[in-house]
Order: sequence, then structure tokens, then C-alpha cells
Amino acid sequence: MKFGVVIFPGSNCDYDTLYVLKDVLKQKTLFLWHKEHDLKNVDCVILPGGFSYGDYLRSGSIAAFSPLMQEVKEFALKGGLVLGICNGFQVLLELGLLPGAMLRNKNLKFLCQFVHLRVENEATPFTNKAKKSQVLRIPIAHYDGNFFSPPDKIHEIKKNNQVVFRYSDAKGQLSEDANVNGSLESIAGLRNKEGNVMGMMPHPERASEVLLGSEDGRIIFDSIIHWLGNRGG
Amino acid sequence: MKVRILVSLKNSVLDPQGQAVKNALLTLGYDSVKDVRQGKVFELELEGISHDDAERIIPEISDKVLANPIIEKFSWQILEKD
Repeated sequence: MKFGVVIFPGSNCDYDTLYVLKDVLKQKTLFLWHKEHDLKNVDCVILPGGFSYGDYLRSGSIAAFSPLMQEVKEFALKGGLVLGICNGFQVLLELGLLPGAMLRNKNLKFLCQFVHLRVENEATPFTNKAKKSQVLRIPIAHYDGNFFSPPDKIHEIKKNNQVVFRYSDAKGQLSEDANVNGSLESIAGLRNKEGNVMGMMPHPERASEVLLGSEDGRIIFDSIIHWLGNRGG
Repeated sequence: MKVRILVSLKNSVLDPQGQAVKNALLTLGYDSVKDVRQGKVFELELEGISHDDAERIIPEISDKVLANPIIEKFSWQILEKD
């Protein structure tokens, strides 16, 4: 089982993600440079957080055109596991691997804080170690995390059980206050129809050790490891 | 050939930045301001291309790269011909 963490110019959670996978969870993990054309036989690609290409044009848009991302797209379309965290989620939206787009946060502020997430779908490669409606405490750090999708598409997203996480309070209740960035339907994480690609705005790699205030983020990585293990990856 | 492309959020999409600008204008006493929509302007310099080809690639570039068609719309005009 091998993980690949993609580095774009401006990625800044690449080392944190590698550290959690390699040092905390003892997994084979390597970096993949955005200009390469080779995924080096990894079983799971992770697009880390940061500000790829300075977030010029739109968050994640330029990164979506990089050479390696064309390989990632092909890998995803063949069923390969791809996780996008924060800026990585934005890249997946721009690439069209996930539906929707990100708008600026409703209060026009960069939000850097712990939030609560309610697990909406625990039957995914990324959440199988979580319980239904479990509330996770994981931090966010973004300016453009206000999820948007046109009405016909959001209907489809819900019908296909593609919503994986929603912003909630500590008890798992949804509210306008808990939905800190104004996302449509409080959506914090989303998977594709097939289930092998997921994007989430919160940073699980920043909450994978008790020392950092929460280890709820480990559930995401442990779920991937469990899923790949069962598949014999 | 010089082309100007204007990208802005679709009318159906809330524009919090435009709202913030509108509120600032109202605070300054410009009571006639009813709405503000914020957008981006791109100026492209094209070379060695016919007018017909330019008319074909400008919407293509706008749709594929400059705008995100899920949330944004675009319009364009040719400013200077060669």
C-alpha cells in the first residue's frame, strides 16, 4: 500500500500530510511533483492544502491544468482513490472530478478554527471507520470554502448520497451558525458518484494526534488504510 | 489584436464581495446604488490569428480557463484590430 502526496508551487500542507501518513500511521508515502507524468504506482493520491499557484485566477484552477493532474484524472476515472483536502478539494472541483464550485466565505473572512463535522455517509473508502452521524472535530483554514452548486445538480448530489460531511455543532445539529462559511446545505465534504474521489475543506492532517487538540482526522486516513487493506492494495 | 474579456458571477449566484462594496457606497451616501456585482477583466493580446479564428477561440478560452461556468458568465469585445 503506497500513498502519494502531490506538491504544487504554493502547497503548504504537503509535509504535514506526509508526516501523518509516514510517521504517525507508518505508511509508505512519497511526494509527487506537479510537473511529473508518473504516479509511481501509488494506491491513493492526496492533494494537500495550501495556495497552489497563489490561488491566482480562482482557487485551485491553475493547478488543475498541471501535467500530473491529467494523470490523476485518468487514475480517478479508472477507480483510483483520490482525496483532496482544502485547496486539494478546490482543485478537484476545477478539474471536474467533483461537482460544484467554491465561493468566498459568506462573512468575507479567512476562517482558521476548529469546526464540527457530522458524518453523513460512512460507507465510503474515506469514512468506513466512522459511525453514522458521528461528530468529528477538525480544523478549517480557508477563504473560499462556501460550497455552491446549481439547484438541479444539488438534487443529484443528494440523491446519489454524495454528501460525506456537513458542518454541525458539537451535538451534530445543523444551523446557520454552525455553517461557518455559508456552504450550500452545510456541505463540508463531498464524494463523486462512483465513490473513489472525495474532497473536504477541513484538514484531517492537522488533527491526527492528541497533542494537536484532536485525533479525529485520523479516522479519514485509517479508513483509507482499512479500505485499501481489504482490497489487497 | 487586443481583446477584453469580462468575467463575473452569474446573477443567480450570491456575490458577497459586490454586496460589501454596495454597503460601502451606501454608507458614503450614494443612495442611488441599488446593486453591485464584482468581476474580473482580462486583456489578451493575440497575434497571427484571423478575426474568424479569434471569434472561435476567445469563447473557448473563456469557458475553459478564465471563467468557471458553474458560477461565472463572460462577455468579450475586440478592442483593437491588427
